[in-house]
Amino acid sequence: MAVKVIIPTPLRAYAGKQESVELQAGTVGEALNALTTKFSELKKHLYADDGRLRSFVNVYVNDEDIRYLQKDQTRVREGDIISIVPSIAGGARI
Amino acid sequence: MSGAGLKIREELLRRIQAHGVETYPHECCGALLGRDGDGSREVVDLLPLENRRNDSPRNRFEVTPDDVRLAEKTAGGKHLELLGWYHSHPDAPARPSEFDREHAWPWYSYIIVSVQKREPRDTTSWRLRDDRSAYDSEAIESAAHSATP
Repeated sequence: MAVKVIIPTPLRAYAGKQESVELQAGTVGEALNALTTKFSELKKHLYADDGRLRSFVNVYVNDEDIRYLQKDQTRVREGDIISIVPSIAGGARI
Repeated sequence: MSGAGLKIREELLRRIQAHGVETYPHECCGALLGRDGDGSREVVDLLPLENRRNDSPRNRFEVTPDDVRLAEKTAGGKHLELLGWYHSHPDAPARPSEFDREHAWPWYSYIIVSVQKREPRDTTSWRLRDDRSAYDSEAIESAAHSATP
């Protein structure tokens, strides 16, 4: 399936300065794997060292948060749009 | 210190500091809207946001993905970009914490205002390095009054 991944502005420098990337994938996990294989510099900003998505990185398929679907196993269909949206977190002390 | 500085009008800096005083002893947060290009970055508007971190708002803040999308939409509606974020450190230095570093992306500017006993103190700006190893300080430069949203 051809799907489009929207690249958030801060990460475009690591994705050939593109606003979006079209990929072939059957699931969200496959799409993100294809994306980070194509643009390896993206990986450390999306995934923690343990291979899981960073806690502040949220992924949507057509505006549906994949946490409430089947996470990275969520099936995608032709023309689906995958968005990567951060939550912004921080604070003064550990 | 990173190369290019962050331009921002004094009035906007004072609004960030006032937001930190208003929410003291809790952390405040908001979005920086402006223009970026040709090695120059200028904040021309702010979007104050609610700290969604209810369990420990004295030393944590959180902007939800919905609020991030609201900030992007607000910036786009004004033909601006979402350049980054501000937050306060109540009774703590205006330096990013390890927690800040783990929850950041490069490119964004992160302004931190230290609020000590309800008084705004240092205000600093930071950019995360490409390799995520550390933040670099970003000079805050006073912008001309002509820049408007």
